[in-house]
Amino acid sequence: MSLSINDVYKVARLARLGMSEQEAQTAHDQLSNIFGLIAEMQAVDTNGIAPMSHAQDITQRLRKDVVTELNQREQFQAAAPQAKNGLYLVPQVIE
Amino acid sequence: MLNSSLQQLGAALRSKKISSVELTQLYLDRIATLNSKFNAYITVNEEMSLAQARAADVKLVQSETNALTGIPIAQKDIFCALGWRTTCGSKMLSDFIAPYDAHVIEQFNSAGAVNIGKTNMDEFAMGSSNETSYFGTVKNPWNHKAVPGGSSGGSAAAVSARLCAAATGTDTGGSIRQPAALCGISGLKPTYGVVSRYGMIAFASSLDQAGPMAHSAEDLALMLNVMAGFDERDSTSLQRESEDYTRDLNKPLNGLRIGLPKEFFAAGLSADVAPAIEASIAEYKKLGASVVDISLPNSRLSIPVYYVLAPAEASSNLSRYDGVRYGYRASEYTNLADMYEKSRAQGFGEEVKRRIMIGTYVLSHGYYDAYYLQAQKIRRLIAQDFDEAFKQCDVIMGPTTPTTAFNLGEKNDDPVQMYLSDIYTIAVNLAGLPGMSIPAGFGGNDLPIGLQIIGNYFDEARMLNVAHQYQQVTDWHTRTPQHIEG
Amino acid sequence: MQWEIVIGLEVHAQLSTNSKIFSGASTTFGAEPNTQACAVDLALPGVLPVLNRGAVERAIRFGLAVGAHIAQRSEFSRKNYFYPDLPKGYQISQFDLPIIGQGSLTIQVPTTTAGKTYKKVVRLTRAHLEEDAGKSLHEDFQGMTGIDLNRAGTPLLEIVSEPDMRSAAEAVSYAKMLHTLVRWIGICDGNMQEGSFRCDANVSVRRPGAELGTRREIKNLNSFRFLQQAIEYEAQWQIDTLEDGGTIHQATVLFNSDKGETRAMRSKEDAHDYRYFPDPDLLPLAIDNELIEQIRGTLPELPLSKQARYVTDLGLSDYDADTLTSSREMADFFETTLNEVPKEAKLCANWLMGDVSASLNREDRDITQCPISPQQLGGMLKRIADGTISNSAAKEVFKILWSEGGDPDTIIETKGLKQMSDIGAMEAMVDEIIAANPTQVAEYRSGKEKVFGFFVGLAMKASKGKANPAQMNEILKRKLAG
Repeated sequence: MSLSINDVYKVARLARLGMSEQEAQTAHDQLSNIFGLIAEMQAVDTNGIAPMSHAQDITQRLRKDVVTELNQREQFQAAAPQAKNGLYLVPQVIE
Repeated sequence: MLNSSLQQLGAALRSKKISSVELTQLYLDRIATLNSKFNAYITVNEEMSLAQARAADVKLVQSETNALTGIPIAQKDIFCALGWRTTCGSKMLSDFIAPYDAHVIEQFNSAGAVNIGKTNMDEFAMGSSNETSYFGTVKNPWNHKAVPGGSSGGSAAAVSARLCAAATGTDTGGSIRQPAALCGISGLKPTYGVVSRYGMIAFASSLDQAGPMAHSAEDLALMLNVMAGFDERDSTSLQRESEDYTRDLNKPLNGLRIGLPKEFFAAGLSADVAPAIEASIAEYKKLGASVVDISLPNSRLSIPVYYVLAPAEASSNLSRYDGVRYGYRASEYTNLADMYEKSRAQGFGEEVKRRIMIGTYVLSHGYYDAYYLQAQKIRRLIAQDFDEAFKQCDVIMGPTTPTTAFNLGEKNDDPVQMYLSDIYTIAVNLAGLPGMSIPAGFGGNDLPIGLQIIGNYFDEARMLNVAHQYQQVTDWHTRTPQHIEG
Repeated sequence: MQWEIVIGLEVHAQLSTNSKIFSGASTTFGAEPNTQACAVDLALPGVLPVLNRGAVERAIRFGLAVGAHIAQRSEFSRKNYFYPDLPKGYQISQFDLPIIGQGSLTIQVPTTTAGKTYKKVVRLTRAHLEEDAGKSLHEDFQGMTGIDLNRAGTPLLEIVSEPDMRSAAEAVSYAKMLHTLVRWIGICDGNMQEGSFRCDANVSVRRPGAELGTRREIKNLNSFRFLQQAIEYEAQWQIDTLEDGGTIHQATVLFNSDKGETRAMRSKEDAHDYRYFPDPDLLPLAIDNELIEQIRGTLPELPLSKQARYVTDLGLSDYDADTLTSSREMADFFETTLNEVPKEAKLCANWLMGDVSASLNREDRDITQCPISPQQLGGMLKRIADGTISNSAAKEVFKILWSEGGDPDTIIETKGLKQMSDIGAMEAMVDEIIAANPTQVAEYRSGKEKVFGFFVGLAMKASKGKANPAQMNEILKRKLAG
């Protein structure tokens, strides 16, 4: 599978990474090399092998349904780029 | 004092030969003089460190002590520490003051240790040379032109240059072991799930694991005693009986079976590293160990698998950095989409963006099965190789890295070459196994060489025993770089 | 030529847990913005999710109630997309392996004939656990949008149906039945104004017997009326479009309730590629039989089972049974009332669906806020059943019970509402009336039967309304016949 420059733009857009033409070209060259490295994997026969998502073969522990967190809005919003009346502000969202 | 073990420092503190404030000030002074040379720390906060030291001195007077009470420990800047700037080596978080403590930080705090500063690292732990940090490269204390390794390069350099008593690191594909090897110190990545990931900024969640970096195996054991432990806030944290990792340090090694994977000694291993590793193995034989030839046939695939899985998880983990609730927001933008794209393009460095791109691509529609799912299946094959191997041996040994530290800038323009430097460490993370690196000699250019020891799941105490016994009969771990006088 | 409308629903039911699905923050509605958004909800660097047992138990409860397969092993995945009210840049949801598999729901669909309904079984595809997003507030903040993350991380059960419904009426019946059920089993408060129960409708049209047409998804319908209107409008729009030679393109649409119209969303659908993958922070969820059986043991009798019992054992109509099981509180009220007068199911049903419901509606209360207890109501009905009071006297007792409370028997006693059951006294009254009204008697006897009403009126008046009307009628007829 070879990577096209359009793929680079599409992926950059999905990942919300702004990219100039020159950056996209550089990214294209480097990503193509990396996918060359990754391609080695394709030849392996993995029929019947279960995918491994976790380093441990254990199951989910559950939490008790109790409220443990108190309001820390002031502390948390101290780090906000823009906040007003307790709300985080962003450029207008259009549906 | 600077070359004392944690055990010795603890004894000196408890016997009031030195106070924690004095010891802390000693390190702070060294950092003030030497950090400009090594750039090992991103953030130092004398006031906060000394406040902790004073509190430790009170505890020491009241004899409410732990092995690490009053001892200055450097924290990789990947751990959130309440009130401390926590940057993860990124412009994205360059002004972020953590509003809470990571579990690891809580553990050190309750042990009475002193946080001596936040160490430099590759941005979001993505890198093998510490060159991707927004806060500049770290210099290898053994040679200022060489990289310290990464991503825990700041911690490795800080330990090596005696800018702290010991440090924490994190290891996703070798980020503790590789810099430990390149800086001539000891480092341990525990079994996945032994140390809580809560408050440790995520790179690749299914691979990330925190561990200690120090001068010796004995120091690592004392550090791990503090770091390990169940934490209900991390779903992957393991509920286990707590262990004393120092318990087996002095056991003799008679009968120890060391597995040597042929893949770790094949082409690619440099001419100066190979003999050092062979000499270490010879030393182990003298200590009563025997050697078994083993094979990890799928380990050659660990780099391609890793460079699919880790970026995939990272691309998603790093989506939260959007300039909305905290972190960097571009100063100019035309609308919401533009705000996202500019904030992330400007806030992340090149390597991070590269990995986000890889990860986004391999998860995207039409490629998932060929890349992500295939990588997950091979991950299982790699883990199964280790299961087979441990039927024949107790520990696996080999080089930590194929070469000694390379030069700053050497592999910067070629990500693939950079990625290949992690060839021996990555498989351990994929399997979730514990792995460590200890000093085992010097290469042709007088740069340190690391011996990697891989254990079976939860075999940290045995690995520390194996490393400690070696350090009883060798002195590589006590060697000190020149030019680190304050 | 006819068109067939095909509808499938996706319902998001907020689960009534105390804390969020992956954090310990409160889920209480209506708090000040961002005061219930903790470090995990805000996706601060380094935080991790831990699954809430309460959410898992509620999902299992639902699965049992719809006879669904409960997965012994399910999995959480990340659905990746950027939106300011989605703090992590991904939603934790279930994709490949949901907690609840196929099930079914039987619905009663009203017809155009009042009181007539038909039954239909709607198949459920799956139900899965996921987290809710926050809220974007578009009121003007200098041209900016405000983000409130209190709702972020609230547990949702997304319930997906097969495209089994064929009319807006069926879709509404299904949504109502689901709404009843989730409240019945106590997993969701069902408050639609607060967004606790939201519907998305997938609508397509086709010629009967043809392949399924292209569907459009109407998002976020938060009332049954809007659901009905939106589907009707959308289906007609699709039919008109096709009949005009146009084609339908898959799209997400919003319903404008002011205009009664649907319109496609402006955001680009084709840009979506959610990149689902198993969440590495959450391990597989295992559910053992022990937990399932333990939850089964706490499940109340379900509406469908009650409906069947009301019809078969109590002789009620489908309509009555359906109405009495519209909520668990209603059914409980009915059954407790019935305990007082075990043989009078129809009487209980009539009063509950009649005077009680009317009075509640008038005062905008629901059955849980009824000022009359089932014991009081039953006590009064017992007196109707045994002939102690007449229906009209009962209305008097009901009014007093409603406004003042008290014991029905005491009210009957003190207000003198007992029916007259002394035949001799009634005969004497009738004799007197006949004697005093010879003209009308003659008219009646000559065949003018209308006059009978005149005598009934006089008789009831003479008895001060206490005479048993049936008995009084019988005496009147006998005496007037001569």
